[in-house]
Amino acid sequence: MDYFAQQAINAIQLGSIYALIALGYSMVYGVLVMINFAHGDVFMVSSFFCFLLLLVLPVPFVVALLLVMLATALLGVCIERLAYRPLRNAPRVSAIITALGCGLVIQNTTLSISPYSQRMPELFTPVTWNFAGLTISSLQILIVGTSVGLMLALDFFIRKTRYGMAMRAIAQDRITVPLMGVPVNQVIAVTFAIGAALGGAAGVLYASAYPVISATMGVLVGWKAFVAAVIGGIGNVRGAVLGAYVLGAVEVFTVTVLPSTYRDLIVYTLLLVILIFKPYGLLGRPAVQKV
Amino acid sequence: MKPLLEVRGVTMRFGGLVALSDLSFDVTPGHAHGIIGPNGAGKTTAFNVITGIYAPTQGDVLFRGESITGCRPSTIAHRGIARTFQNIRLFRDLTVLDNVRIACDAHARYSWPGAMIQLPSARQAEKETIGRCTDLLEKFGLGNEIHERAGDLPYGSQRRLEIARAMALQPSLLLLDEPAAGMNSAETLNLVEFLGWLRDHFSVTMLLIEHHMQLVMTFCDRITVLDFGKTIAEGTADEVRKNPEVIEAYLGQEDGHE
Repeated sequence: MDYFAQQAINAIQLGSIYALIALGYSMVYGVLVMINFAHGDVFMVSSFFCFLLLLVLPVPFVVALLLVMLATALLGVCIERLAYRPLRNAPRVSAIITALGCGLVIQNTTLSISPYSQRMPELFTPVTWNFAGLTISSLQILIVGTSVGLMLALDFFIRKTRYGMAMRAIAQDRITVPLMGVPVNQVIAVTFAIGAALGGAAGVLYASAYPVISATMGVLVGWKAFVAAVIGGIGNVRGAVLGAYVLGAVEVFTVTVLPSTYRDLIVYTLLLVILIFKPYGLLGRPAVQKV
Repeated sequence: MKPLLEVRGVTMRFGGLVALSDLSFDVTPGHAHGIIGPNGAGKTTAFNVITGIYAPTQGDVLFRGESITGCRPSTIAHRGIARTFQNIRLFRDLTVLDNVRIACDAHARYSWPGAMIQLPSARQAEKETIGRCTDLLEKFGLGNEIHERAGDLPYGSQRRLEIARAMALQPSLLLLDEPAAGMNSAETLNLVEFLGWLRDHFSVTMLLIEHHMQLVMTFCDRITVLDFGKTIAEGTADEVRKNPEVIEAYLGQEDGHE
């Protein structure tokens, strides 16, 4: 029982990190109906930003988190402006290939600078508590707390602010929104900035929890987060969070009962099964196409 | 009086298809100006050019004497042109209030750092916007439905909401694309009354596409008749009604009693 509860804590930690990344996929899909395949590598590069920052200046956690989120947001906006916007009206396939290409460029740029994995310096020294037979570290609390805080902030932003409202409107009808005087390009840029910044936060948290970073780590984590977004219903922000926690739980508990090599087999089988029964994901709704 | 909108020799080609050919007309401030013509005459294309969805192949569109040709749709909306659509295009999953807020917000500033950290000034502005939107919706008889999902409203209310959303931009020119579409004659009569109220209450100039002849003839001060992307007649209802070309192209068709 204790073991089970201990694993539940691990699942929540992993799910929180997946959720932050999955949100980026889902938000961009929501406004542009496009899968930003570079997002996993944006997540990866953010942990390198953090690494470089700590190499130069050993700043406290909060400062590192904010600076890395800012840098990653800028990267996200640049990618959108330079690579995606010119292709906004191009065939869907061109945009997908461009996204994959951007991801590979980021990944290989990082690889050329840092061919080996790097050991992340400790952002802060975690304290461990024993509580009713469970071991909880302050790092776990920090990871889950930061993630949940950011998710609540995002939920508020999307539901209450005019930018959030514009994002929801663009998701429904991109032609009509500019006729309401809304600067669509600006809203899309903000969407990318926020999505990337959340991925950046995930990069910092992930590197704190699993402190060996490499240029290829964005591939698998990125795919998992993408799977989480699809399971939840891509385009749906709350769905992305739900999918991420489901995925985190499945991964962690698979490993507790089966050999760890079964982990990805179970995860992707779950994806297939969920999509057979819920083709739009757990919280997704069929899109009504009208012109 | 100086025209509010001037369409000057606008041609719109899509590959080999000529949707508009050298279209010209002026809209006088305060007028209700009708555009009529058979299906496929280019009426909606003209709206799309005026609102910036399409950049015309040739020609120029002037609003208050300044060229708006090739401007972005959001810029044109800011300058004061709002529109509705033939097939209602509300943000169906947003609430009635949010549909109007989107357009209202065009005048509030889009300052996202402020919105994100909820500066008191941003919050105050937000509150004012909601107040203005609620007032507007009450004027349009939608005061009791402001928190409902727009897609759940009955058809007639959706039409009214779409016009309310356009009016939230505080436009000086309102483009209505077949406001009477899908209405029976009693509803159309109500619509004429409603449009009259709209014009007087907001002192807005109107440009409207309509198939419903009775509506156009009674409501519009001036009428432009299009056929195959060309202007074939322009004038008051009486002048247009007597124009032989119009009778031939449109009114005279045996099955074309729309």
